[in-house]
Amino acid sequence: MAKREYAFYPGCSSQKGASASNYLTSVESMCKTLDVKLTEIPDWNCCGASIGYAEAGELPRHVMNARNFALSEQHLPGQEMVATCAACWLGARETRERLTHSDTLMADTREALKEAGLQINEMPEIRHMVEVLIEDLGFDEMAKHVVRPLEGVKIAGYVGCQTNRPFGVAGESFENPMYLDKLVDMVGAEAIPEYDMKVTCCGGALAFSEPEKAQAQIKDIIESAYDHGAEMIVTPCPLCQANVEIYQGQINQRYGTKFNIPVLYYSQLMVVAYGGSAKDAALNGQVIKARKLEEIAAKPVKR
Amino acid sequence: MSANTAMATKYRNSFLKEVEEQVEMGDWVKMCMQCGVCAGSCPVNFQSAWEHPPQEIFMMIRAGKREEVLTSPSMWNCTSCYNCIVRCPRKLPITHIMHGLAEYAHRLGIAPKMQPTRFFSGLFWKNATKTGRVNELKLSMGLYFKDGFGAGVKEGMKMKDVALGLIKAKRLNPMELLGGHKCKDQKGIQAMLKKAYEIERSRKAAKMAG
Repeated sequence: MAKREYAFYPGCSSQKGASASNYLTSVESMCKTLDVKLTEIPDWNCCGASIGYAEAGELPRHVMNARNFALSEQHLPGQEMVATCAACWLGARETRERLTHSDTLMADTREALKEAGLQINEMPEIRHMVEVLIEDLGFDEMAKHVVRPLEGVKIAGYVGCQTNRPFGVAGESFENPMYLDKLVDMVGAEAIPEYDMKVTCCGGALAFSEPEKAQAQIKDIIESAYDHGAEMIVTPCPLCQANVEIYQGQINQRYGTKFNIPVLYYSQLMVVAYGGSAKDAALNGQVIKARKLEEIAAKPVKR
Repeated sequence: MSANTAMATKYRNSFLKEVEEQVEMGDWVKMCMQCGVCAGSCPVNFQSAWEHPPQEIFMMIRAGKREEVLTSPSMWNCTSCYNCIVRCPRKLPITHIMHGLAEYAHRLGIAPKMQPTRFFSGLFWKNATKTGRVNELKLSMGLYFKDGFGAGVKEGMKMKDVALGLIKAKRLNPMELLGGHKCKDQKGIQAMLKKAYEIERSRKAAKMAG
């Protein structure tokens, strides 16, 4: 039996062939090493994300998240719900908080859920994967599995917004959270705690709808990483990852820059440091190849 | 009488009251003390995109500037970064108020028509709730083709390299256009959402009548 078990909420972007499918692959490899068992919540649905607000309204948005709570409770009773996506985690947590504090909203939600034959008795705790790593396992436990330290790689920890605000990770500040830097140190790479764009917004959904505004933000985020000597950027959020990675070509055209910096998930760094292959870490899912990490992943492990 | 006229007539003496009763988290607006930390914290404000930053919107609501607030493109520039929320000394849920105002203006049909994020926001929700899960390819295509076929092809060409990079990395699947990921119980999701909209509408109507 696995050491720890959770009800897993992968979210839309983690699905096969979707924009964060490489995140999921690396999380699965990481959890195998850490003896964490994730059981997908059957038939889970979209959290609505922050950007759905024009049509979502209040109750429909919470009902969407509540459906996942009900399914989690029904199929995986007693298990905490873990999300890997920042927006899924935030959306679910916000709904849980609102339903906890409003009897009316809870009653209305229950009435709507009945239409889908579902009910809520006790809502699961909502956790982000980084919370599970930091709080349930801890850095010491995570460090035990490092067999291939990422020596000599300088990595900017880009935390972004939605894993950091409004809820954040317990014990961290909103302005200068340190957990990602600690994680970079833990895998044997060189962190940049003074990276000053670590909580700057990538523009979120505006990267689609108003790219010139979002790309101005992304440019600052990447420029600062280069200024601090970073060779890679690491993030816990699927939208941060995509926005900072895939528009570098367009930003170069717009601003005459020569950006070409890989953007990875914390889980990918951990998988390589844990002795996994490039495939286990889904490094083939990078649009901007992380050559240095690929080279390390090809080296033998120190046992 | 349009929904907008009905609301304007009902609340003719107080736009603040209208916002408090009809906008999500609207009852927080009166707590704003005009310090401006939200404006200084907003990433979009740095790019000079806001016509009115949040604290200005809040003062305009208290001053009864109904038309100017509801037709403003400002709220639609929110990136949902939540910086304003965590920094507000009065703990106003500013991000949610901005979303709430945008949603209300959209509901009344007076939000700026050509605002691209308004379009994308509606598109996202429809895309996500249609099958229960987001179809990223249809979402992007829907955005590029919003101004018709010709403009869509041009937009698509601009995005060609980004799309090809993602397809090569297996993070964008052209087959999604033919169907793609979805929930099994779509019927249940539709029924549940229909009920949620009904309840929400009747709650807002009751407030208006009360």
